[in-house]
Amino acid sequence: MQKIKPLDHLILILGAAILIVPVLMAFASSTHSAAEIHMNGLYLAPGSEGVATYHKVLTQRGGFTGEVTGARMLLNSLILGVGFAVGKIVLSMMAAYALVYFRFRLATPIFWAIFTTLLLPLEVRIMPSYQVMSQLHLLNTYTGLIVPLLASATGTFYFRQFFKSVPDELLEAARIDGAGPVRFFIDILVPLSRTMMAAIFIIMFVYGWNQYLWPMLMTTDEGFFTLMRGIKTILQVWVGSQIPDYNEAFALAVLAMLPPLLVVLVFQRMFIKGLTESDK
Amino acid sequence: MTDTAALPPGPAPQAVRRPRKPHPPAAPAKRVQFDRPLTPWLFVLPQLLVVAIFFYWPSVQAVNSSFYLEDPFGFGASFVGIDNYREALSSREYRTIAAFTAGFCALVTGLALGIGLLLAVKADKVIRGASAYKTALIAVYAIAPPVTGLIGMMFFDMHIGPFKDLAALFGHDLRVGIDYDDTALALVTVAVWKQIPYNFIFFLSGLQSVPVAVREAALLDARSGWRRFRDITLPLLAPTAFFLLVINITYSLFDTFAIIDVMVKDKPANNPMTLVYKVYLDGFKGNDIGGSSAQSVILMLVVAALTIVQFRLIERRVHYG
Repeated sequence: MQKIKPLDHLILILGAAILIVPVLMAFASSTHSAAEIHMNGLYLAPGSEGVATYHKVLTQRGGFTGEVTGARMLLNSLILGVGFAVGKIVLSMMAAYALVYFRFRLATPIFWAIFTTLLLPLEVRIMPSYQVMSQLHLLNTYTGLIVPLLASATGTFYFRQFFKSVPDELLEAARIDGAGPVRFFIDILVPLSRTMMAAIFIIMFVYGWNQYLWPMLMTTDEGFFTLMRGIKTILQVWVGSQIPDYNEAFALAVLAMLPPLLVVLVFQRMFIKGLTESDK
Repeated sequence: MTDTAALPPGPAPQAVRRPRKPHPPAAPAKRVQFDRPLTPWLFVLPQLLVVAIFFYWPSVQAVNSSFYLEDPFGFGASFVGIDNYREALSSREYRTIAAFTAGFCALVTGLALGIGLLLAVKADKVIRGASAYKTALIAVYAIAPPVTGLIGMMFFDMHIGPFKDLAALFGHDLRVGIDYDDTALALVTVAVWKQIPYNFIFFLSGLQSVPVAVREAALLDARSGWRRFRDITLPLLAPTAFFLLVINITYSLFDTFAIIDVMVKDKPANNPMTLVYKVYLDGFKGNDIGGSSAQSVILMLVVAALTIVQFRLIERRVHYG
């Protein structure tokens, strides 16, 4: 086939380095002391202070009220990521099932009502969303953190697309066997969608874990802070300090990026499939 | 129109024109369907409720409050018609920010797409080490914008940042956070860095869905690699590229919020910012709810237009059988 020139590899190595080296440096620097970083700049090789720094970041009570630890924020991020992914899968599978497998009036208007949510990202209606949440007394709750993020139709469309590709014969056979709609959904469609569910779980977990603006507005009680919110706090605290806690900020960044990074790398194939393939 | 739903385009079908089953747009999704009056409602209701409460209610409220001037001390609001819009659009600050946003979008989109495409084309070509390159190039996708903002901030830091030394080599005194242009440079760099993997993933999967037969024919027809790329690869990738164009514009408009928030750290004084950041500042820091809402509505119109363009593009290319 084609000849491979060394230049191709050079470009790829350069590209990979530009993307990966900053991540490695963030990790390496998090294992040095703040004073070392302050004197010598960022590190590419790991140092010896790592255990102490991570222990401190995970267990030290910080923030303004002094009651939130890194471990707590890690837990909150996990709740947000998993809660969002599961909620998204449940809601959107059910809605897609209704839209694909039932003949009922208003199906088309409902389809469009859900579809329209794709038009406007949360960021443009952030102020009124906040007011609504405050009226519903959902500020500083996990419900308020997770449920409003579910109001977008991406998942519904992935599943709708998938259900449409499921052969009609399955439903016909199930009906002959006397299965009702709920039975068919639980016994046949859900097991059939396992791969799809896993792929969407990965994408949505990363999406939920990485949320920034919404958790920032929803949570003033530090017990609900996620790691992303913690990053903002740690940067606000060090304005004006002698030697900023570079190492702790890096450690926090590593904690914040490690879980989604691992999920994406371990399930790489499934993740890419879920992301790029929706018309099977 | 009912069949335009899939968000990311499947790169394969539009590259090869294979015969499709005729499919009238108004036909039901399935040949066989359940015919129950109540059950579908039970299934669709949770999603409908969430959408109604957390999407439609706030959206209507945004439009509504954009016509009011809210008293800063919370004593009611008075109807001011389109004054909030007029004020926003005629303010010099707003125009400056709009201009920056446009330039920022163009730069980020152009660079992220260009670099992503270059890397995808090269990764598609190599055999040895292909999966290692792929893993390295994809990893950054998983990192959240605020985290990339934090890492970027460290790299551009005035005391510890390696970029400061790099710029000094060229005789430039890099002062991110103080100098407008320097901060803009830092924001663009970080925003592009974060978006490359996404574009890479889609371009690569677009390239790999080009059938071997087409590749071999191309190899026979065009000896020069550049011509092969221009005449065969690029047209086949065009649908993916259009899709990514819209995604990248949306990304640079909205998802960069966290990067900006982390990197300029509540010191917007002389720093560049995007329109979305301004909506947030006016609404939450400035307590100008009417003005912020009017800006929200303007942005909504822009995004809605973009999304409609995107769906029309997808619709034109992909028809699901």
